[in-house]
Amino acid sequence: MNWSWTVAADVLPLLLGGLVVTVEATILGAAVAYVLGLFLAIMKRSHNRVLALTVYWMSEFIRRTPLLVQLYFLFYVLPDLGLFLSPLAAGVIGLGLHFSTYTSEVFRAGIDNVPNGQWEASRSLNYNPWQTWRYVILPQAIPPMIPPLANYLITMFKETPLLAAITVIELFNAANIYSNSYYKYLEPMTLVGLLFLLVSIPAAYLAMRLEKKYTVRR
Amino acid sequence: MANIIEFQNVHKSFGELKVLDDLNLHVEAGEKLALIGPSGSGKTTILRILMTLETLSSGRIIVDGDYLWHEEKGGRLVEASEAHLHKMRNGIGMVFQHFNLFPHLTAVQNIEQPQILVRKTSKIEAREKAMELLGLVGLSDKQNHFPHELSGGQQQRVAIARSLAMDPKIMLFDEVTSALDPELVDEVLNVLRRLAADSDTTMLTVTHEMHFARDFADRVLFFDKGKIVEAGKPEAIFTNPKEERTRNFLSKFITVT
Repeated sequence: MNWSWTVAADVLPLLLGGLVVTVEATILGAAVAYVLGLFLAIMKRSHNRVLALTVYWMSEFIRRTPLLVQLYFLFYVLPDLGLFLSPLAAGVIGLGLHFSTYTSEVFRAGIDNVPNGQWEASRSLNYNPWQTWRYVILPQAIPPMIPPLANYLITMFKETPLLAAITVIELFNAANIYSNSYYKYLEPMTLVGLLFLLVSIPAAYLAMRLEKKYTVRR
Repeated sequence: MANIIEFQNVHKSFGELKVLDDLNLHVEAGEKLALIGPSGSGKTTILRILMTLETLSSGRIIVDGDYLWHEEKGGRLVEASEAHLHKMRNGIGMVFQHFNLFPHLTAVQNIEQPQILVRKTSKIEAREKAMELLGLVGLSDKQNHFPHELSGGQQQRVAIARSLAMDPKIMLFDEVTSALDPELVDEVLNVLRRLAADSDTTMLTVTHEMHFARDFADRVLFFDKGKIVEAGKPEAIFTNPKEERTRNFLSKFITVT
């Protein structure tokens, strides 16, 4: 097994193209996971028991089944029902949906951790519900959410190779396609690992800094 | 003088537990009331119902000539809407046992934000009033401190200023010194003593500080098991209680009197 710089140089541009798709899928997927997660969290807090329970069991179902199966379902099964998604769209929706069930727990915990006294103080000062959320609850709930949300972003980033299964040419798949054509695995896969590290190590460091910054004081 | 608060046959239960049992209570405008009694006797519930933090099980409450928990619709009395409760809360302020300051705002911001958001006061006026009230509670130099940078006693004084800034007609004080270290109790009680003496706001306080109740109140109510057992002027209640239960309760505080 010999390392060939020629192969490495040959494959690198393809990998960088794949990295762009990976980052795209991560960011779009995270956007879906955050927005949907917030809505799920609010619905789980609903006084409407039917709604709260439906949402609870739906997210349990999504969380307890493999992302890979969900991606297959979105990309290969939905067309049978008349819904066609591009590979990237299916990947973004799959990632976002799957991780929204995790982020919703972050949102729920963040909101629940604001002491009840804060709601009561807002009510006694006659804040309306909008003012209570905007000026009292969210400013206290959001900072502690940021580090775990950043960590899920990194996790999602590392899960993107699953999108290869539904033909998205992201970083791993770009390497895989090259490898399968030229029977060269060492250089492409090593570079894939390094590129993932190149992004996730600084990101993890940043998440750690955020964690320090947003430790709440009462 | 007119009654500013009337409880008419008010009941309140939490499940099986009766917290208020057919309570009738009249408070005159400007009156200072101290509610004393063993814990679990329903004192705090009275304040929480007045602040609309807790609903009542049955009965009527009239605040400043208007039903608090009911409103008239088509000649019938129905449960109050959120809009009605919002209107009624305007005249009522509350100070809590655990202060409940907004931890992400400084002392002065805690006092000015409610004025700006709820009273639509201009920022300049709100700041002026906040500073004036910080002065009143002796904390002018702490305006830019966050709650976690203040002692419990100082936090509670900021909370009192925050409540005062809304100019309530009725102020409720719920065991405001119970969460404080003993050496910090007096700085808060002295502020309240001064307030009680200087203002014509109606004030209800739930307290376990008997000395303070005596100085503060025009009338003391002794509660037990959801009922008023005895009510009267502080001198009468503290020096010559008529009821056995009142005597028993007060005897536990004899060491401090």
